[in-house]
Amino acid sequence: MSKTDLPLTPEDVAEIAAILAGTPYDRLDVTTARFRLRVARDDAGDGFTQDWSYTDTAAPGATVVAAVAEIEPGICIRAPLPGTFYRAPAPGAPPFVEVGAHVTPDTVVGIIETMKLMNPVHAGVAGVVEAILTNDATMIAKGAALIRLAEPAA
Amino acid sequence: MIKRLFIANRGEIALRIIRTAQRMGMVTILGASQADADSLPARMADEVVIIGPAPSSQSYLNIAAVVAGAQAARADAVHPGYGFLSENAAFAGAVAAAGIVFVGPELSSLKAMGDKLMARKVGIEAGLPVVPGGEAADKAAARVQAERTGYPLLLKAVSGGGGRGMKRVDAPEQLDAQIDMAMAEAQAAFGDARVYVERFIGRGRHVEVQVLGDGHDAIHLGTRDCSIQRRFQKLVEEAPAPNMPADKRAAIETAAVNLARHLHYRGAGTVEFLVDAETFDFYFLEMNARIQVEHPVTEAITGVDLIEQQLLIAGGARMALRQADVQPLGHAIEVRINAEDWRADFRPSPGTVAQAQWPAGPGIRVDTHIASGSEVPPYYDSLIGKLIVHAPSRAEAVALLRTSLDRLHIDGVDTTRDLHRAIVADARFAAGGVDTRFFEGLEA
Repeated sequence: MSKTDLPLTPEDVAEIAAILAGTPYDRLDVTTARFRLRVARDDAGDGFTQDWSYTDTAAPGATVVAAVAEIEPGICIRAPLPGTFYRAPAPGAPPFVEVGAHVTPDTVVGIIETMKLMNPVHAGVAGVVEAILTNDATMIAKGAALIRLAEPAA
Repeated sequence: MIKRLFIANRGEIALRIIRTAQRMGMVTILGASQADADSLPARMADEVVIIGPAPSSQSYLNIAAVVAGAQAARADAVHPGYGFLSENAAFAGAVAAAGIVFVGPELSSLKAMGDKLMARKVGIEAGLPVVPGGEAADKAAARVQAERTGYPLLLKAVSGGGGRGMKRVDAPEQLDAQIDMAMAEAQAAFGDARVYVERFIGRGRHVEVQVLGDGHDAIHLGTRDCSIQRRFQKLVEEAPAPNMPADKRAAIETAAVNLARHLHYRGAGTVEFLVDAETFDFYFLEMNARIQVEHPVTEAITGVDLIEQQLLIAGGARMALRQADVQPLGHAIEVRINAEDWRADFRPSPGTVAQAQWPAGPGIRVDTHIASGSEVPPYYDSLIGKLIVHAPSRAEAVALLRTSLDRLHIDGVDTTRDLHRAIVADARFAAGGVDTRFFEGLEA
């Protein structure tokens, strides 16, 4: 217990709530160098909530996700959620779409793996694939431009 | 006695293990991926080793990287938590080969419970009832099996899974046609035409028994009911299993202890059963050789810290706890709060949690790694916290769960809170003892 000295266990928080319940006070708000804890009576007055926050120490060590929603001209198919973008249904399989392909709103143009689930990406609009903006197996943020479409030829 | 414990996991269970290990005076070392370098468990651990990049395949599932991290940290034991490598015999072997204690059962137990057919065989050896049935190589063999199991029955592909190649047969005259179809489907889907005949349990409950063993003896810590599931994912768990006759409960607990003794089981484990919701006949399914997500409901009613027991036993101690010491008190219910948009087919909802307001107070326990401002990364599963309530009776526990859910507010990501409110409001849940079809009938 060298570096951290988290002084409050879940049992302590339950006890704080029990102590508050026997007083006229509605809230306990503790701020230390490392964290802030608010234990508060809820609006109905018959129970308590706990809300923890931690002071930002270091920058997140996470690999930086590809730039968020850069300005792309034209109609773009964007990522509906963050995750890993795949252009093909399986490794080695042909991609869902290539440049020049005609798509309708229901066309599946890729999949995004998020939280161990494979989520299909639908084109959402009709058009012709003009450019693939995101490489296969790339981590992308929500809203990242994946594919640029041109208007379908009249 | 363990002095330096390496935690090979993340999220709420990593934090849970760190808390108990620190209380026991151990130095805790978290093996974290880059994405979790700033997570709450990383802040609470005494030391942190970055074991690899964000994707699990390169970090939490990478046996070489995890073992190297534990060695670099001079750890004398590794706790694998649940999921990831927790039941991986190759990992347990690699940890042992590095001269480090694996906090879990012996390799032989991990292997015996490694696949369902093997588990069934070991269960039978230990004298446990299994779902009546057996393999049927051809039509004639299937007819013989069907005579024994009775109707309705299920035809299952031996190599199958996820419901494919499964046929329900209600009467003998349907058997021939259904076998042809089942075998053809099994061949097409799995390249293996062999099928398996099993009695169909119309209304089944998922009941499991927590066991503890030290290699010499074993005890149980009562039942848990996890019948409320969606696509085999548990949503709600409670202890003890409600509305079960006392003699049947005692029988199922004894069966679980018999299996643990048969295996000379060391550590914490869970023996899973399918229980007929009408007759309470029970059948052994499998054993989970690790700590379970739902372990807190057992801790609530027994007062036993299961992580502490795991660490004591892994450290070489004989079990100090005796069966007579375990006197369950009251009723506990756990709900899993997942970052998912449950109204949009449970679509994952990672992101930044702007505010996390969890309920607090007597009888309420929240196991979470998510505070206001925390990140829910897109790489891992969607569990962000568990709300556990404990009260003298089930009715009081249900009432406490209802008001606790009302006070739970998570902003920034979608959660399954309102799904749980719908479950709590369901009359079948209030009555207790629902079967595994509960979710299909949920009105929300």
